[in-house]
Amino acid sequence: MRTALFLLLLLAIAAVPGSLVPQRSSDPNGVLQYFTTNPELAPVLDAVQAFDVYTSAWFSAIYLLLFISLIGCVIPRTMHHYRALRGAPPKTPARLSRLAGFTSVEAPGVGAADAVESARGILKKSGYRVRLFDGPRGELSVSAERGYLRETGNLVFHTALVGVLVSVGIGGGFGYSGQKVIVEGDSFANVLLSYESFLPGRFFDDGVLEPYRLSLDEFSAVYEQENPAARGQPVDFTASVTTYAPGATTGTPAEIKVNDPLRLGGNDIFLLGNGYAPIITVRDGEGNVAFSDAVPFLPQDSNLTSIGVVKVPDALPEQIGMIGFLYPSQTELETGALTSNYPDLLNPVLSLQVFTGDLGLDGGIPRSVYSLDTDGMTEVAGRTVDTPSIQLRPGETIGLPDGIGSVTFENAAPDAPADDLSNAVPRFASLDIHRDPSQGWVLVFAILVLAGLLTSLFVPRRRVWVKAIESADADGVRLEYAGLARGEDPALERAVAEIAERHSQQLGVKLNP
Amino acid sequence: MTDLLVSSSLIAVWSAMGVYTLAFIMFTLDLAKRSAWAQETGEATRSSVTASRGQLAGAGGQLAGARATSTIDRPDAPRPPLSLKFERIAFALTVLGWVVHTAAVVMRGIAQGYVPWSNMFEFSLTASAIIVGVFIGVQLWQNIRFLGAFITGFALIALGLATVNFYVDVKPLPPALQSSWLVIHVFVAVLGTAFFALGAGLSVVQLMQARAAAAKGAGLKFLQTLPGADALENLAYRVVVVGFVFWTFTLIAGAIWAERAWGRYWGWDTKEVWTFIIWTIFAGYLHARATRGWRGSRSAWLSIIGFAAVLFNFTVVNLFFKGLHAYSGL
Repeated sequence: MRTALFLLLLLAIAAVPGSLVPQRSSDPNGVLQYFTTNPELAPVLDAVQAFDVYTSAWFSAIYLLLFISLIGCVIPRTMHHYRALRGAPPKTPARLSRLAGFTSVEAPGVGAADAVESARGILKKSGYRVRLFDGPRGELSVSAERGYLRETGNLVFHTALVGVLVSVGIGGGFGYSGQKVIVEGDSFANVLLSYESFLPGRFFDDGVLEPYRLSLDEFSAVYEQENPAARGQPVDFTASVTTYAPGATTGTPAEIKVNDPLRLGGNDIFLLGNGYAPIITVRDGEGNVAFSDAVPFLPQDSNLTSIGVVKVPDALPEQIGMIGFLYPSQTELETGALTSNYPDLLNPVLSLQVFTGDLGLDGGIPRSVYSLDTDGMTEVAGRTVDTPSIQLRPGETIGLPDGIGSVTFENAAPDAPADDLSNAVPRFASLDIHRDPSQGWVLVFAILVLAGLLTSLFVPRRRVWVKAIESADADGVRLEYAGLARGEDPALERAVAEIAERHSQQLGVKLNP
Repeated sequence: MTDLLVSSSLIAVWSAMGVYTLAFIMFTLDLAKRSAWAQETGEATRSSVTASRGQLAGAGGQLAGARATSTIDRPDAPRPPLSLKFERIAFALTVLGWVVHTAAVVMRGIAQGYVPWSNMFEFSLTASAIIVGVFIGVQLWQNIRFLGAFITGFALIALGLATVNFYVDVKPLPPALQSSWLVIHVFVAVLGTAFFALGAGLSVVQLMQARAAAAKGAGLKFLQTLPGADALENLAYRVVVVGFVFWTFTLIAGAIWAERAWGRYWGWDTKEVWTFIIWTIFAGYLHARATRGWRGSRSAWLSIIGFAAVLFNFTVVNLFFKGLHAYSGL
C-alpha cells in the first residue's frame, strides 16, 4: 500500500511538467517555437525528454512500476478472495460483547435451535452467506458474512486498469492516423500515397487500409449574423461527402460534422478544420497555362484571413513562386493594413507577393506545400520592391511585371449574380482519418473500472453473528448480536440493530425492555 | 425576450451574492458565538473542576454536534445549551440565496437555448450553484452546516470573480461544443468538484481539530463544538469517495467525447493532464486511508491538495495554459 501510494503521488508530480512545456504529441509547433524562443534551455529540456513527457523513460518507469506493484498486489488478493468465496464464514468468536453493535436480550420460552434457525433464515434472506456453529458451552450460533462483491469490485477495478493500459498500448501499435485536405469537388482514395501526413503505429501494415473512396461534394459553414456579440462566430460546419466502397462506382451520400465523425471502412473520419482554396491560374511569359489549381490557404484567425503558397515550377523562362493572403471579407485597418472582418465571402480579395527564381524543388529535399523558401528567388511584386503586391478579386486577371506572365483569381461560380461572391472561392475540409483497433476494448475496460470502483466503494462488507445461549436458570435463551466491519462501513451498527429487531420480532421477544 | 432573460439572470446573480453575503456573515457570527460559548462554559468548568480540562477537550473532540457536548456527564458544572440561532438563520439564507442563484442559472440557460456552462463565466455560475446545492443536500444526510462559512464564502468569490472578470454575452454554441457530452461530461465534473470542495472543507477542519487536540485544547474555541478529528476524517472520506466516482466518470466521459470531437480519446492535452493528476492525487488519498502512518493529518493534506489541484485546473490551466479546452473567448 505504501509503495502504491508513493508511486501514485510520484506519477501525479511527474505528469505536471507535460502541462508546462509544449509536447510533441499534442503541440508540435509549440515545441518548435519553444526552441526558437529559448535556444539555451530547450536542448537541456529535450535531453531529459521534457517535450515527450508521457512517452519518456522516467514517466514510463513510474507507471510501469506502479502497474507491477498493482499486479503483485492483485494476484495474491485474487487467490485469497477466491478461497474466501468458496469457503464458509469463519467461526463465531467466543465473546461478542466487544464487537460492533453488540446487543443482548433474554428470550424466555425460546429454544436455541429455533432461535438460530430463524436467525439463519433472516440473514440468508438479507444476502448473507451463513454457517451454523456449536459452541463449547452448548450455545448455538450463526456466523454470517456478506458483501464479497466489495472485494470482487476492488479486484475488477485494478485488473481493468491493467486492461486499459494493455489495450491502449496495442491500439497505439496497430493503429494509425493520417491527415488529408480535400477541396470541394475533389476526392480521396484511402491509400498511403493520398495522405498529406501519416502517423503509423509500430506494427502497422498497409494491408489494413481499405481502398474506399470519398469525395467532398460541398462544405457548408454557417456563421452567426444576428447576434452582435458573436457576429461571425461559427454555428455549424458540415462536410457533405459521397463515399464509394472499394471498386464501387455508385456512391452513398454521407455527412461529416465536428463532433459527428464518419465511420467508414474500419476508419473514423473526423472533420477537424476548414478553409478556403482559391483557384489560381498562372500563365507564363509565353502565354501557356503553367499552373491552374485550387490552392488550400491556411486560416490564420477567426475571420479566416488565410495564407497560402503557389509554386509554379513549369513557368518559363523562370520558375514562379507566390505567397498569398486571402481576405474573405476584406477591409482596411487604420494603419492601411488589410484584414478580414467576417469569415464568409462578402468581399473576397487575394493579395499575392510574387517571386521568380529557383523554387528549390529539384534538390531532392522534401518541401512543405505550405511554405516557400525565397532564398534563391527574386521578389518582383511585394513589400520590398517598387511593384506592390498583386490584388485580385474573383474573376480578375493581372499581368506580372516584366512580362513574365499573368495571374488569374478564378471565380468558381461565374454564373452567380455579380454582387454574390459567396461561392466564388471553393472551400476545403481537413480530415483526420484514424484507425484504432483497440479503442472498443479501452472503453470496455474503462466501464469495468467504473463498475468495479462503484461496488468496491459502496457495497459494505460485514460479518454478523447471532448467538443463542441456553440460560442456566430458566427455560429460554439469551440472544446476542454483533457485527464486524471489513473495510469502510459506517452503517454497520444500524445493520446489526436491524437484524436484531427483525429476529426478536419473529421470535416474539421484546428487544428493548 | 432573450435580453430580458439575460438581464434578469444577471440581477438574480447579484441578488444571490447579496443573500450569500448575509449568510456568510451569519455563519461567521455563529462560529464566534460557538467560540464565546466554549470560552464561557469552558472557564466555568475550569474554575470548578481543574482536572476535567483534558477530558473536556477529549469529549468535545469525540462527540458530534453541540448538543452532545453540552450533555457531557459533569454534574457539578452542566454546560448551558448552545444556541444555534445564527446557524439556523444563516442556513435559511443560504437556501434562499441558492434558490435565487439557481433561478439565475435557469434563466441564462433558457436565454441561450443550451446548457449554461460553455464558458468560464457560465461554468463558474453553474458550478457554484451546484456546490451550494450539494452542500444543502448533504445536510439531509449529515449535519455539516459548520462548513457554511467556507461554502458561502467560496460561492461568493466564484460568483464575484466570474461576473466581474469573465462575463460574456449570450453567444451561439460553437460547433466544437455541440454535443450531448457537453451536458453529461461537464455536469458530472461539477458534481465531483462539489464533493471535493466539501471534502477539502472537512479536511481543513480536521487538521484544525488535530492541532487543537495536540495542543490540549488550545486553538480556536469554536472547534470544541464541532466533531472531532476522527469523525471529520470519516466524513471527509465518505464525501471524497463520491467525488472520486464522479471524477472517474468525468474522465471516461471526457475521453469518449474527445474521441468523437478530436479523433482520439486521450492526447495529453493540458486539461486532460490535470484531470489525470487530480484523479491520481485522490487515488493516492484512497490508498493513504489504508496505509499505516498516512491516516489522519497526512491523508487530510492529500484531500486539500487534490481540491487545490481542481481549482488550479479550472483557473490557471484555463487562463494561462495552451490547450484544446479553450473555447469561446473564455
